[in-house]
Amino acid sequence: MPKFKIERAVAPLWTRPLIPLIAIVVTFIITSTLVVMAKANPLEAYYYFLIDPLTGRVSALEVLVKSTPLLLTGAAVTFAFSAGYWNIGVEGQLYAGAIAAAWLGTILGGLPPVLAIPIMLLGGFIAGMLWALVPALMRVKLAIDEVVTTLLLNTVILFFVSYLLNGPWRDPVSGWPQSPEIAASTMLPKLLPRSRLHLGFLIGLFAIFLLWFILSRTTFGLKMRASGLGRDAASFAGVKVGRTILISALISGGIAGVAGVSEVAGIHFHLIDAISPGYGYTGIIIAMLGALHPLGVGVAALFIGLLTTGSQTVSRALGVPAYLGDVVQATLLLVTLGAFVLQNYRLRRVSTSPPPDIEPRMVPGSDSQSGS
Amino acid sequence: MPAVLMRGITKHFDPVLANDRVDFTLEQGEIHALLGENGAGKTTLMRILYGLYRPDEGEIQVNDQVVHITSPKEAIHHGIGMVAQHFTLVPTLTVAENIVLGYSSRFRFDPAQAEKQVAEAATRFGIETDPQALVRHLAVGERQRVEILKALFRNARVLIMDEPTSVLVPQEVDVLFETLERLRSAGLSVIFISHKLNEVMAVCDRITVLRLGRVVGSVEKSAITQNELARMMVGHDTERVERPGERSQEEVRLRLEQISALNNQGLPALKQVSLEVRAGEILGIAGVSGNGQSELSRVLSGTLKPTSGRLMVSDQDLTGADPTRILSAGVGRIPEERHDGVLEELSVAENLAMENLGEFTRNGMLDRRRVRQEAQRLIDEYQIKASPTDRMRTLSGGNVQKVILARALARKPRVIVAAQPTRGLDVGATEYVRGKLVEQRNLGAAVLLLSEDLEEILLLSDRIAVIYEGQIVGVLPAQEASLEQLGLMMSGAAEVSRA
Repeated sequence: MPKFKIERAVAPLWTRPLIPLIAIVVTFIITSTLVVMAKANPLEAYYYFLIDPLTGRVSALEVLVKSTPLLLTGAAVTFAFSAGYWNIGVEGQLYAGAIAAAWLGTILGGLPPVLAIPIMLLGGFIAGMLWALVPALMRVKLAIDEVVTTLLLNTVILFFVSYLLNGPWRDPVSGWPQSPEIAASTMLPKLLPRSRLHLGFLIGLFAIFLLWFILSRTTFGLKMRASGLGRDAASFAGVKVGRTILISALISGGIAGVAGVSEVAGIHFHLIDAISPGYGYTGIIIAMLGALHPLGVGVAALFIGLLTTGSQTVSRALGVPAYLGDVVQATLLLVTLGAFVLQNYRLRRVSTSPPPDIEPRMVPGSDSQSGS
Repeated sequence: MPAVLMRGITKHFDPVLANDRVDFTLEQGEIHALLGENGAGKTTLMRILYGLYRPDEGEIQVNDQVVHITSPKEAIHHGIGMVAQHFTLVPTLTVAENIVLGYSSRFRFDPAQAEKQVAEAATRFGIETDPQALVRHLAVGERQRVEILKALFRNARVLIMDEPTSVLVPQEVDVLFETLERLRSAGLSVIFISHKLNEVMAVCDRITVLRLGRVVGSVEKSAITQNELARMMVGHDTERVERPGERSQEEVRLRLEQISALNNQGLPALKQVSLEVRAGEILGIAGVSGNGQSELSRVLSGTLKPTSGRLMVSDQDLTGADPTRILSAGVGRIPEERHDGVLEELSVAENLAMENLGEFTRNGMLDRRRVRQEAQRLIDEYQIKASPTDRMRTLSGGNVQKVILARALARKPRVIVAAQPTRGLDVGATEYVRGKLVEQRNLGAAVLLLSEDLEEILLLSDRIAVIYEGQIVGVLPAQEASLEQLGLMMSGAAEVSRA
């Protein structure tokens, strides 16, 4: 029996971009079993998943439409995560922006679009920021774990939206639980005729650019990365870590708010309960898949947009449940996270076996294990 | 018949020889001190006895039987228990649950019965504890008693205590000593690992002194004085370097007035420390590790707020200042743990710029070209083997330390706080770092050097202050300091107040 030993050995830097690609391949292998259980051919399924949506104009543009909120939430999550602030509340901050958009959209009807749309975007940014403010302050001032607070606040705002839609904002004409339609001058203009693609897509690309610019070209970006990579060392070197985290958390919330504006003013034109099917959470997957690198995050958002579109195509063509798309996304997150951990280890064959010293702090791994 | 006999124990941790043919005999019913400086090999020897390490050579006998102890489980089977410095209790379980945990073989757990058994054992050994209390509600001293009881409950006849007093407040130390004496009169044997002479003299019957992995001697307490022990522990005086004369006419650059501070556990770590460092001198702080050096360097770095006292740099009051203010007052800092000072995933250039970001910023933008140029300049000047764009984590320890040194000295500091600046470095890097500190001193900087390496302190310092249990027990000119005297002061046996 050959024995194996897991030892710590960090993979070289150039292999990092490969990790998401490897993760994607592994994910498809794992999820193939589900496709087979749904009595479909995996290769055919992945053709409809990944290739078919790109072959027609309508579905290709739909990929970009689906990517629009994901570019924004992906950027929002990356902003916070880069500074070491685990903002799980992008979903809620998106809803805050959506509420602001639904409100501003009904009162700004008198303004021309050149004024109305920037005010909408700014309003959404501020709303998202405000919703992010309290947990960020609690983290910085009182060291209360933001993972819990931001996550719980998502539920709070969902119920608040539900209250608005079933109470004061209920559409007086139809009686549906949706807010009144926003004024035409506050709707985001279409980028191409006969499509749903709207200005929000460009705003999403701009958010990714902004993310890159701040992280890699400004001093604040360096402080953000330092705070995220090593709080104590950053603080030792004179970085005001608390302030840096606070500002990053607020910008993250603001961008998430803009995602809410983009969905209300670009797609639905009302506030509805289901304005986001979890774009905020998908943003986390995108940020991790993109390894918190702006370019990677942009590509990951487009890729997940493709997956979302593709899951409908594959369901129509082969009768596989559309939920397969969700399963693939979730599996992808787990595999990616696993891959990022495993890149720090390698498996080595041990020849002879003098029993190793037992270090009290040692992680499991001194005995024979296989895998990876 | 000795309780434990260890013969010819040798253990390498390449390239270090941690134990070199160590002989150790523990009699029944004695408290036996294992005395030595940091890195003398005390803990290694005891980890071998407890089955955590395997010796490269040597033999262990328990009750005249040769045994091969390959795991703590076997050590316990042979009646050997260990109370480590860091406790291994589950805070959310009760005392009784913790003690029975992993020892009860039955499937069902009966809390009432466990509590009864534990209470019985506690009475039998005279150890005061409440079996129903949750461990997280207990003070450190009480937790330690639970650890002891846990070992006794597993029928330990030999108890290894690894620096048991380092986590205790003085009152708890007294209680611990009473407990140990009670165990001795019950016929148990205790191995007491320590570097504090007064404690060793207070409670132990025999003393084995280790230095650099070797046994220096094994003596009856009644046959030796504290001074002789101190000399055994630290070795012989080394050659002294000539030093510039008195510098009392220079201005005081760094002044600590009655500084007190707490450690991470919230216990007092610095007690009214007052020090002065003048321009153009190196003040060495000697002491065994864990006597407040870490907290002192953190207070001076701005990462720990003192609870009282005043910190002055020249005429500026920096009490409770953050690192930014400390830096702009002209203090250069070398942190105790060099990995706390750098960001491993950032580049060398970014790390070099990190303390000085204002200078590389134009309208919020980072001037990346200047960051790289400045980095290249420092890399050349300090002979750092790296390029500006390398990730910090790819550098060797010596080069990491040079990056920290370059960053600290780049701003021409008026005061330098160097904590363990050469720990873990090879000879070349060590000499380089020491040379730079002396160079700064000669250029007129006030240097505070914290080091556990006595030779280093004696080699570099103009004056030496000794820290013991958070207090400065004495300051003396380096010419007048002898190893024996320093050894006594470092282990709390003597106080000198002069100069």
